[in-house]
Amino acid sequence: MNSFDIFVLPFAIGLYTLLIVFFAKVFDWIKHLPVGDRRKIGRGIRSRKLFGVVKEIFLESLIHRRIFKVNPLLGYMHMSLAFGWFLLIVLGAAESKIYGRDLLNTPWDPIFFKYFKHDTNEFHSAFFNFTMDFLLLFVLSGVFLAYLKRIYARLFGLKKTTKHIFFDRLAIISLWLIFPLRLLAESLTSGIYHNGGFLTDGLGSFLAGFMPVGHLEYTAWWLYSLSVGAFFVALPYSRYMHIPTEILLIAMRRFGIKTTTTFTNFSQIEVYSCPRCGICIDKCQMTSALGNEKPASVYFLNTIRAQKVKPGLSFDCMICGRCEQYCPVGISLMNHRLVQRNKLISNGYNFQFLKNGIPEKARIAYYAGCMTHLTPSIEKAMIKILEKAGTDFVFIDKDGGACCGRPMMLSGNFEGAEKLIEFNRNNILKSCADILVTSCAICYKVFKSNYDLPLKVLHHSEFILELVKSGKININKSGLRAVYHDPCELGRGSKVYEEPRELLSHALELVSTGYDRENALCCGGSLGNIMLGYEEKNKINAAVWKEMMVNDPEMLVTACPLCKKTFNKNAPVPVRDIAEIIADAVQISPVKPNHQLAPEQIAG
Amino acid sequence: MKKHVFIIGGGVAGAEAASQLVKMGFDVTLAEKETQIGGKLNQWDRLFPSKRKAAEVLDFINKNLVDSKARVLFNTEISKISKQNGGYKIYAGIEECTADAILISTGYDVFNARIKEEYGYGIYENVITSVDLEEMFRNGNKIFNSNKEEPKRIGFVHCVGSRDEKVGNHYCSQVCCVTAVKQAMEVKEILPRAEVYCFYMDLRMFGLQFEDLYRESQEKWGVNFIRGRVSEAAENIDGTILIKVEDTLAGRPLKMKVDLLVLMVGFVPSAGTTEIGKMLNLDLTPENFLKPADEHLDTSSTNLKGVFIAGTCKSPKTIADTFADARAATLKIKEFLEGSEK
Ligand SMILES: Cc1cc2nc3c(=O)[nH]c(=O)nc-3n(C[C@H](O)[C@H](O)[C@H](O)COP(=O)(O)OP(=O)(O)OC[C@H]3O[C@@H](n4cnc5c(N)ncnc54)[C@H](O)[C@@H]3O)c2cc1C
Ligand code: SF4
Ligand code: SF4
Ligand code: SF4
Repeated sequence: MNSFDIFVLPFAIGLYTLLIVFFAKVFDWIKHLPVGDRRKIGRGIRSRKLFGVVKEIFLESLIHRRIFKVNPLLGYMHMSLAFGWFLLIVLGAAESKIYGRDLLNTPWDPIFFKYFKHDTNEFHSAFFNFTMDFLLLFVLSGVFLAYLKRIYARLFGLKKTTKHIFFDRLAIISLWLIFPLRLLAESLTSGIYHNGGFLTDGLGSFLAGFMPVGHLEYTAWWLYSLSVGAFFVALPYSRYMHIPTEILLIAMRRFGIKTTTTFTNFSQIEVYSCPRCGICIDKCQMTSALGNEKPASVYFLNTIRAQKVKPGLSFDCMICGRCEQYCPVGISLMNHRLVQRNKLISNGYNFQFLKNGIPEKARIAYYAGCMTHLTPSIEKAMIKILEKAGTDFVFIDKDGGACCGRPMMLSGNFEGAEKLIEFNRNNILKSCADILVTSCAICYKVFKSNYDLPLKVLHHSEFILELVKSGKININKSGLRAVYHDPCELGRGSKVYEEPRELLSHALELVSTGYDRENALCCGGSLGNIMLGYEEKNKINAAVWKEMMVNDPEMLVTACPLCKKTFNKNAPVPVRDIAEIIADAVQISPVKPNHQLAPEQIAG
Repeated sequence: MKKHVFIIGGGVAGAEAASQLVKMGFDVTLAEKETQIGGKLNQWDRLFPSKRKAAEVLDFINKNLVDSKARVLFNTEISKISKQNGGYKIYAGIEECTADAILISTGYDVFNARIKEEYGYGIYENVITSVDLEEMFRNGNKIFNSNKEEPKRIGFVHCVGSRDEKVGNHYCSQVCCVTAVKQAMEVKEILPRAEVYCFYMDLRMFGLQFEDLYRESQEKWGVNFIRGRVSEAAENIDGTILIKVEDTLAGRPLKMKVDLLVLMVGFVPSAGTTEIGKMLNLDLTPENFLKPADEHLDTSSTNLKGVFIAGTCKSPKTIADTFADARAATLKIKEFLEGSEK
């Protein structure tokens, strides 16, 4: 079979350029990866983790399962483009190899197959003709949806679509042209030789009725080759770089590599894996409540990729985690923000004020946290509960104590936070407690993630639930209808969603909102964003209040002192902490006050 | 036929305006949601700057109102107001009245100190507000803490709920500084041996004699003034209150134990003010008070023809300013009603 014509050159050049640029990048990324990460790859490749990698690549890069979860139509669009094209390539390659009886044919053989192969008498042709046309139709439906998305983003559950840079536009235009041009070229050829399937032959015969198909055929194949070539050349510089990069990302992540406190080449791979789908724009309350799209993670990643990170943008984020929760690629968006902050902060703190005290020994160490000290009603409620249940506890930070370190961490000052962590950790250990209980979702997050404590760490909602379950306290249920607000650091931050709900259901009626659990909104009081003024924070909070009130609750209950303080301004209904609710609902029961319980009895 | 003016809210502003408008020859109806005239004044003992009894001022406005024979509806709230023949129809309690003009004088509420939870109001027994302290003065000048003991050290916290972006109120409530100075002296009068501290950001002694009161409080009564914002309060086991203050003159943090902490709560638009404003779709200032038609040239009219405003529903004010403002509104109403006759 003669399978060369000068028009294959744009395609071939494009393809080889893409391969060279991409593999040069991959080589560079891997070469400069931290040693530990490189070892993880070495170990990973030889382990069973590889199966997981293949499965995830199939589910995410081809099927786009996570996007389906956000919006089915958007998911279908991504799937038809990715999976459809993938099958076209695989089947096309098979078809050309079977027909040419040559396993090592040129890469353009399958692409321009129909131009060179005119006879359709082979026994397998009917199958290929039908399937290839079917797949082409499948991909074209995705292209059609992509056009539609530009016009009616709302159909796809998106309020805003991403604004693109130059290479994105070049790539997107050529991508949008590839499949219509392929349809045209194959149809014209089939109009002459009838070598197509139901779609291309149908269209070809139709066109042949009134068009000089013989003259147009050659031009159409040229245009097709040009569009594919242009797409390949633009790809490494456009958002479509995410297609090959995401495969790398999935593998490395499965091998245990993460972005934590420094920007590594893995972080770079994460940045390149963002397809700029724009899901994070809508999820961000800076957009929905303040009308400010700029801080959205997609644009922030853009600035990292372009090496033009602006300090303002690094700090203009509440670290609420909503974008990360819904990012279909699973990029550690919050850590990226903190890592960039870390590059900007100066470390001029002195920690001489940290004076070690010797805490009393007890089974349970209660750490209220600075924010709880500013909401004494929570503190009082906790002490009441601890005493009512007859627990043996020590109030570690009764006289203030040192900050847990999480606020410093959020500002990107990991080194400073480490000092506070070390100090508090020692104090906690000296109490010889088996359980550490805190009333603050912010403290809880850092205790869990960074303290590496050899004891059980419980948020007060988990702890009180254990007390109720084991019968240490009994509570009365009222008919009050309340809505529960998931604090960012407790919910998305620490994945504690059910315990507070279960506990509250013992004391009152819970009503839902459209924003429960993973989808909870940030109250607006976040310590993560130092660019926001109080007025803006109030605006965000007012928008959240609106959503919380949809089912007319009589009260809002939360589990974080900062949330409580934030919601308390302009509150249409009372705002209370979960501990206050329980403290009020505790039955005056015959529990002996000084009876000491073994920790495993309390929270076993 | 006599023109009819409907007044909503019978505090100093509403009561004074009612008797003045009757004198001008109009029919007047005054709706007050409580059972008595005088609004907040009923809660105060002695007034700055002269320390005269609030009761004297109350007697004055009550007498004028009774003499004027204006119609007063007590226990009455407004459920609806609609436009009718160039005037208004008002649904007041069980009554329906028509009016040619409306005056809103629904006043202010004090800031709900529970929102500023770090000060522990409603949680610690020995944290009270300036309003609670006035009540102690009215009930025979007895000042006790929760253990029924006389407090030895008392702290006054200025700007609670005012000049505080965190609670969404960035404006100054104007009268709390001088009220704190007045109350501090009154406390020293009753408990000469007690130590009294005022924690302020800056002192706004804008009226005549206010500065003299400030000086007197220090020279004659030994009240201590510390510039700094109280950041938080905690309760000790014995019920005393431990406060943390950033002393901005000395430039260092300070901790102090007090037996009683008094919060100088600021002004916010009253619930009635907000409600009526919404009902009539009136323009609001950025601070959510009712907005005058012009900040200099016409401070009594609103964006709605025939609807006027007076008193502290517009902004924080002293009693003297409230009186003056109410009288100014009556002149504006007269001008409006007589102009519309022609
Ligand atoms: C602690 C403290 C101490 C003070 N001490 C002094 C002092 O010593 N000297 C001084 O000059 N000033 C003092 N003031 C200020 C003084 O209280 C005000 O200037 C004055 O009370 C304002 O009067 P008003 O009529 O505008 O409002 P208000 O007194 O608030 O009166 C409003 C009236 O409207 C009624 N109302 C509200 N809504 C409705 C409705 N929807 N329908 C019907 N009626 C309604 C209310 O019941 C109330 O009677 C003090 C303020 C505070 C907070
Ligand atoms: S960061 Fe995630 S959600 Fe945002 S555009 Fe990129 S892939 Fe989409
Ligand atoms: S973490 Fe929250 S505030 Fe920050 S970009 Fe994501 S959604 Fe927006
Ligand atoms: S008058 Fe004084 S206490 Fe009141 S808000 Fe103004 S500065 Fe603060």
